[in-house]
Amino acid sequence: MNQYWERIYNGIVKENPCIILMLGMCPTLAVTTSAMNGLGMGLSTLAVLVFSNMIISMMRNIIPDQVRLPAYIVIVATLVTIVDLSLQAYVPGLYKSLGIYIPLIVVNCIILGRAEAYANKVAPALAVFDGIGMGIGFTLALTAIGIVRELLGAGTVFGFELLPEAFEPIAIFVKAPGAFLVMAVLVAALNAAHISNAANKKVEGCDGCCSSCTKSCQEDGKEATEE
Amino acid sequence: MNTSLILIIVTTALVNNVVLSQFLGICSFLGVSKQIKTSASLGGAVIFVMAISSAVANLLYTFLLEPLHLEYLETIVFILVIAALVQIVEMFLKKTSPAIYQALGIYLPLITTNCAVLGVAITNVQNGYGFIESVTAGIGTAVGYTIAIVLLAGIRERIDESSIPAPFRGAPVVLLSAALMAIAFMGFGSLSL
Repeated sequence: MNQYWERIYNGIVKENPCIILMLGMCPTLAVTTSAMNGLGMGLSTLAVLVFSNMIISMMRNIIPDQVRLPAYIVIVATLVTIVDLSLQAYVPGLYKSLGIYIPLIVVNCIILGRAEAYANKVAPALAVFDGIGMGIGFTLALTAIGIVRELLGAGTVFGFELLPEAFEPIAIFVKAPGAFLVMAVLVAALNAAHISNAANKKVEGCDGCCSSCTKSCQEDGKEATEE
Repeated sequence: MNTSLILIIVTTALVNNVVLSQFLGICSFLGVSKQIKTSASLGGAVIFVMAISSAVANLLYTFLLEPLHLEYLETIVFILVIAALVQIVEMFLKKTSPAIYQALGIYLPLITTNCAVLGVAITNVQNGYGFIESVTAGIGTAVGYTIAIVLLAGIRERIDESSIPAPFRGAPVVLLSAALMAIAFMGFGSLSL
């Protein structure tokens, strides 16, 4: 059982996808306007990640190596469509506030990144636990950023009034610039604490988030420069 | 008709800037913005791909998905079409105009996973845009992306020279610059269109 718990610990703490690996920056910045949105987005991604890891791991010996990326994309896109339709049916309020970012889970680097880096090499059970760990790590990070932004920008957390009336909410934190500000301070804090993360030891040419392509893109980049 | 197209361009490029207010394409925005020259080339490639992919996505949606009542498959269809399209564009450029390929080629694989391209295709469908409007929105969005990434690259070229507190070096100062740019772009929101 130990290696399964190690996966979960790894996803939440050691390789937290959002804070340490810096993957999936688009949803991280876009939907964390409130704690609820962050939580909803995190859980949707968690669901897709667990099932995509499981299916990709089960099919790892069937999918030919050359067409693995398109195959993964089809699997992930199918799962995202299922999540999209389920949210629309059962939680229309959340569906509306997450909007276009739900279909965009398809291009979330975390999912293809885990498929490519882990799920296609191990047995389904391990891959599922990796998905759970990574998903929870992502959910916690998104919810935490959401809480900070909602507290500073609207004085509430999960819709509950927390700060006294005298506190004038800093509205910019729930608007676009606030996302960049909070993320900047977060990374600076990690740097100050000497916690190594993807932002301070970047891979040249393919940095930022695009992990889905880390491998393929470095190879492509090499080919392109060589030719 | 003409004024509404201009309106679409202004809205997509400035008011709803794809990077600074929609947060799409953040990855390449932060990753490939070290030099003005490279980011301008990436911007060029994005304009190219987004115009074509908006057109193709619109045609597919109107003539394939809608008649067959398969609208719910849009995510799957669009992402596959975009991935295939980028490959085709890459091969086409390699054969026909090596000069453009030299300038844009290395960035094309990056664009496949650029969520902005898929984002525009889906937004166009949600807004119920027709063919010409879709292409206009695609070009407008890509122009907005180019403006944002070139501006950020300009800022980063100067930041490199200055002394910054150690913890803020690297990503944090870039994010802070982006925050200030986003504040500036919020000003466009008060345009009365």
